[in-house]
Amino acid sequence: MRDELLAVIEKNSRIDLKELAVILGVEEIDVVNEMAAMEAEGIICGYHTLINWEKTSIDKVSALIEVRVTPQRGEGFDNIADRIYKYPEVRSVYLMSGGYDLMVILEGKTLREVSSFVSDKLSTLDSVLSTATHFILKKYKDHGTVFGQKKEDEREMITP
Amino acid sequence: MRNPLADKVVELKPSGIRKFFDIVSEMKDAISLGVGEPDFDTPWHIRDEGIYSLEKGRTFYTSNSGLKELKIEICNYLKRRQGIQYDYNKEVLITVGGSEAIDIGLRAMINPGDEVLIPQPSYVSYEPCAILAGAKPVIINLKAENEFRLTAQELEDAITEKTKVLILPFPNNPTGAIMERKDLEAIAEVILKHDIFVISDEIYSELTYKDEHVSIASLPGMQERTILINGFSKAYAMTGWRLGYACGPHAIIEQMTKIHQFAIMCAPTTSQYAAVEALKNGDNDVAEMRTAYNQRRRFLMNAFRKMGLECFEPYGAFYVFPCIKEFGMTSDEFATRFLEEERVAAVPGTAFGDSGEGYLRISYAYSLDDLKVAIGRLEHFVTRLREEQGQNK
Repeated sequence: MRDELLAVIEKNSRIDLKELAVILGVEEIDVVNEMAAMEAEGIICGYHTLINWEKTSIDKVSALIEVRVTPQRGEGFDNIADRIYKYPEVRSVYLMSGGYDLMVILEGKTLREVSSFVSDKLSTLDSVLSTATHFILKKYKDHGTVFGQKKEDEREMITP
Repeated sequence: MRNPLADKVVELKPSGIRKFFDIVSEMKDAISLGVGEPDFDTPWHIRDEGIYSLEKGRTFYTSNSGLKELKIEICNYLKRRQGIQYDYNKEVLITVGGSEAIDIGLRAMINPGDEVLIPQPSYVSYEPCAILAGAKPVIINLKAENEFRLTAQELEDAITEKTKVLILPFPNNPTGAIMERKDLEAIAEVILKHDIFVISDEIYSELTYKDEHVSIASLPGMQERTILINGFSKAYAMTGWRLGYACGPHAIIEQMTKIHQFAIMCAPTTSQYAAVEALKNGDNDVAEMRTAYNQRRRFLMNAFRKMGLECFEPYGAFYVFPCIKEFGMTSDEFATRFLEEERVAAVPGTAFGDSGEGYLRISYAYSLDDLKVAIGRLEHFVTRLREEQGQNK
């Protein structure tokens, strides 16, 4: 049940628990328990809302920053990642294989805010060797959802 | 001027629900539970393969019986899923949808006056295809008390010395009924005893919600007397690609290929290339869609239980077949009033044969959100009908 439950709520975390139990073919109490267990185990880490900010009056600037760092003895990359993700404007931090080490996704109100974060805070960290900042121009698809597209049912009635 | 038409064709009954569908398409705010095809788009990697084949200029005919690579993949698939082994070279024919395979299968096997057994309720094309092939269709009316499965006794009772072919439409449209191994074993005995053949329409084989589908061709002695029909429409959401196939004994497939070659030439090339990709890398897509259908199926069954609407639990296809006899209306009346008063289209059971009287086919090839709205309206309608009945008493 766990896999199917996760697949459903990953797409729709607001689904009614009764309904969730019905479509999974289990009792509501089992769903409640399973979700509580997964929250406790740190499998379910939050219930967020996917927002297309471009359609709101709120301005936001997102940037993807490639960061190269010197790993520390005994700590690897964890320590430096920790220092970076503590900043609230940092949305995501991933350790990457390939040409750079950490991918930092940043969200700020203005271009200036993002650039000052990079120049004042990120680049000045001891272990950071270099950064490359890419501004996100448009989000087409996020978390598996295509923005701005609503599909009509185009199926026609034919012999059943 | 002479009458330009063939009597046999003129006498064919047109599909009874045409007029019903016409109303639906006129009605702007009507929601439909009537469509018999997946609501999913064909998975992108399959579409991509079709596009790629066009880019490569693969726009020629394929061989009459179909692309070799596809026939091999079909054989691999049937081996993997059903444990049946076919010779791709001699025992497989790629057709324009499962529908073509039904038509030419019958035409290849029927002599004038042969009887074809058609269990109903079932898909609307078996009877006309049998008539056009020169057969006498013999209807077996399946029963709700058997969960619309075909029993050995029903089969035995319908067989005469003229019986040649049994059409076996499971998992079933419109009832959602399946035939499990034990059900198939029971009828296989009768089939062998009377030396008849089977056209097994397994187009919904990937959409079962209990045990995995069992093909009658996998039972001892049955492969040599069975035409197994399947296709890509339902499993891979590829209805518009028009691609199906028939597998069976070389002697029959050879003759079917003859008809196919003269009438059709070959199935669409682009679709065949896309289908190779579907069979090679499409298992996950099928599993995902099956899971989604199963969730909707559970949602509907639960909704029916709550509103006290009688319905056996179907384990196949994407249809439920609730009973509406308690309202004292025909299926047609019920469906028409439901459409006019609540603006929801569902297909009356009688569209699939007389034994569908008293039932309604509801398709769950719709998103859960759509189903919720439609079921809300059904509940409203059912409550009102019960009130009406209360007043009349």
